Amino acid sequence: MKFFRTHILVSKDSKSMFAGAETVEKLLVEEIKKQGLGEEIKVISTGSIGFEGTGVTIAVYPDGIVYSPVTVSDIPEIVSEHLLKGRVVKRIAFPIKTSKMPSGVTFPEKVIGIQKRIVLKNVGFINPENIEEYIAQDGYSALAKSLCDMKPSDVISLITASELRGRGGAGYPTGLKWAAAAEVKGDCKYIICNADEGEPGTFKDREIMEGDPHTLLEGMAIAGYAVGASVGYIYIRGEYAISINRLNKAIEDARSYGLLGKNILGSGFDFEIEIKKGAGAYVCGEESALIESIEGSRGEPRKKPPYPVVSGLWAKPTVVNNVETLANVPRILENGAEWYKSLGTEGSRGTKLFSLMGDIKWKGVIEIPFGTPLSKIVMNIAGGLKNNAKLKAVILGGVSGYLIKPEELDIPVDFNSLARIEAGPGSGSIIVLDDSRDIVDIVKNIAEFFKHESCGKCTPCRIGTDQICEIIDRFFYDEGSEDDLNKLMRLSETMFQTSFCALGQTAPNILQQSLKKFRGDWERHFFKSE
Amino acid sequence: MEKKSVLERLHETQDKEKEKNYISEQKASELLKENSDSLSHIYGVATFYTMLSVKPRGRYIIRICRNLACHLENADSVAEELKNLLGIGFGETTTDGKFTLEESSCLGMCSVAPAMMINDEPYGNLTPEKVKDIIESLKAGSKK
Ligand SMILES: Cc1cc2nc3c(=O)[nH]c(=O)nc-3n(C[C@H](O)[C@H](O)[C@H](O)COP(=O)(O)O)c2cc1C
Ligand code: SF4
Ligand code: FES
Repeated sequence: MKFFRTHILVSKDSKSMFAGAETVEKLLVEEIKKQGLGEEIKVISTGSIGFEGTGVTIAVYPDGIVYSPVTVSDIPEIVSEHLLKGRVVKRIAFPIKTSKMPSGVTFPEKVIGIQKRIVLKNVGFINPENIEEYIAQDGYSALAKSLCDMKPSDVISLITASELRGRGGAGYPTGLKWAAAAEVKGDCKYIICNADEGEPGTFKDREIMEGDPHTLLEGMAIAGYAVGASVGYIYIRGEYAISINRLNKAIEDARSYGLLGKNILGSGFDFEIEIKKGAGAYVCGEESALIESIEGSRGEPRKKPPYPVVSGLWAKPTVVNNVETLANVPRILENGAEWYKSLGTEGSRGTKLFSLMGDIKWKGVIEIPFGTPLSKIVMNIAGGLKNNAKLKAVILGGVSGYLIKPEELDIPVDFNSLARIEAGPGSGSIIVLDDSRDIVDIVKNIAEFFKHESCGKCTPCRIGTDQICEIIDRFFYDEGSEDDLNKLMRLSETMFQTSFCALGQTAPNILQQSLKKFRGDWERHFFKSE
Repeated sequence: MEKKSVLERLHETQDKEKEKNYISEQKASELLKENSDSLSHIYGVATFYTMLSVKPRGRYIIRICRNLACHLENADSVAEELKNLLGIGFGETTTDGKFTLEESSCLGMCSVAPAMMINDEPYGNLTPEKVKDIIESLKAGSKK
C-alpha cells in the first residue's frame, strides 16, 4: 500500500455539493499535482463533519485542521502555505479547532472534541462509497461476530441489556421490539428502516446515510439475524437523492463482498436489502402509513393493534426502526452492553444525534451523550445566539415537539429529565429562536405545515388543522380575541384526544404550549377597538 | 422480493416523462393491465403524494421549502423572487413548459436554510439574488 504523509478530506454531502464541493475537490487535486505534492498527499471524499451552513469544508489530516468555507480562490494558498510550508491559513481555519488538543487523538475527536462521536465515528472520516475503508474501521466485524459467535436470542439479549431506545421519536426499547417480532411464529418476517425523516427541522439520519451507509446496512443485517428476517427495506424519502445513490452503491458492494445476500460469511444466514422510495408525504414517517406506502398504496395510517411486530408488511411480523437506532446496533455488538450503558443516563443510554438550526452561530448535526444540558448544546456547541441576541425559546424535537423557555434551558437532554417538564428529545431537532421572533408567527407556520400534511383520513385532524389555521389568521391581522384563544385550546384538546394517529395527536403540541408559555405574544394580536 | 408496487411503477412512469414530469391518464391505464388495480386506486395513489403529478408540469420542478427553519431565514422573500422571475404562482407552470413552481415541506436542508430543490438537486443558503442567477442560468440552458 502506498503511504501518504497527509490526507485531505473533502466533505461531499448535500449541504456542500451545491456550494461547489465537487469543483473544490477537483481543483485541489490539480493544484496538489501542480505544486509537485501528488505523491505525498491524498484527497478523499467523505460525508459531513457536522458543521454546515458555511460552505465547502475540508479537513487536513493528521494535522487536524479544518478549513471552511473553502472557495476556489483559496486553494492555491492552502496548498502552497499549509501543505508545502506547514503554515496554517488562519483566515479560514475553522474556529472550533482553535482550542488546544492533545496529540495522538484521532481526527474526529480532535476537530470536534466536545462531542462524542460513536454512531458518527466514520462520518466525515471515511469515503462512504468505499467499502474497504469501512471494513478497515472494523466495519462488518459486528455482523461477523453475531453470525459466528452468537445465537439470535443472544443478540436480542445484548440489545435489551444495552437499554437502547428507538431514536425515531417515541423512544420504544429496541430489545423489546425485536423480542416481540422474534417470538411470532413464521419464517417470513421483515426489517424496515424508517428513513423518511420528514419532521421539519430534522436532518440527522441523512448525515448517517450520506456519510456512512454501511453502518446502517450492518445494523439492519444484525436486526434481521436477531428476529429471523431475511429481507430488509429502507424506506427513504424521495428527496434524498445522494443518500439513495450512496446506499445503492453500498448495497451492491456489500453483496459483492458476500456481506449481504445468500449464506453470509458461510453462516447459512441470508439477508437482502432493498430501497423503497417515498414520494413526499410526512405522514409516511408513521410506521403503519409507511408500511401502506411500501405496499404501494396511499400512505394512510392503520388501526393499532395489531402492531407491526405482529402484523406489518404484507401482514407479516415487521420491525420498524429509525436509521439512528439501527446505526447504534453495530457499536453495541462491538463494545458490549456495559460500555454502552456507561454513556448517557439512567433510562437514556448512549448518545443522541441532534440537528441544530435557527438563530445560532453554528448549524449542523452533532452527537453527544444523553444527559447533556440543553444550555450547553445551545450556548457552547452551537456557539450561542447570532449577534449575541437574547434567547426567546427553543423548539425541541421538531414542530410536533416541545417549546422550551429560557429558564428551562439547564434541563439535561434525556428522556427522564425532559419528562419532568412534559417534553422529550423527539426527532432530535433543536430550533433556536431569538427574542425578535413572534411566537404567533412561528405557530402559524407550524399550523400551516400540519394542515398541508394531514392525510385526511380522520375528521378531528382534517378539520382541526384547517380550523386552527383559520383562527390563527385572525391574530395575524390583529383581530384575535380571548374567545379565539379558548377555541384554540379546545380544538387542540379535541385533536389530542380523538385523532386517529400521532400526527393529529401531536400537531397542536407547540400551539398548546405557546398558549400557556407565551400568552403575551398572542394577546399582542388582540383586536383593539381604539 | 415482491413484484413492483403501484407506487414504484408510478415513480418510474413519471421519471421517464422527463419533459413533462407527470403521469398521463394513458400511462396510468397501462399500469392497470399489469397491476390489475382499479384506475381510481391508481389515481388515489398518484394524488396522495406531492412528488407525483397527474397534471403536465415543466422540465424543471422547483420545490421551495416553506417550513419553519426556512421561514426563519426569509424563505418568503426567496419565494416571492421566484414567482416574479418566472411570472407564475405556486402549482403553476410557465407557458414555455420549462418551469413548475411548487411549495414543499422540509427538505432536510435546514442547516443551510432557506432551501429548495430543482428536480433532484438541492440548493441552500438562498437569497433573492442567488435564485436569480440560478434561474437565469437554467433559462439560458447552461446547466443540465
Ligand atoms: C407523523 C409521524 C411521522 C413520523 N416520522 C418518522 C420519521 O421520519 N422517522 C422515524 O424514524 N420515525 C418517524 N415516526 C415514528 C415511527 O412511527 C416509529 O415510531 C419509528 O420509526 C420507530 O423506530 P424506533 O423504534 O427505532 O424509534 C413518525 C411518527 C409519526 C406519527
Ligand atoms: S390524525 Fe391526521 S394524519 Fe393521522 S389518520 Fe387522522 S387525518 Fe390522517
Ligand atoms: S425547514 Fe426548510 S429544509 Fe428543513
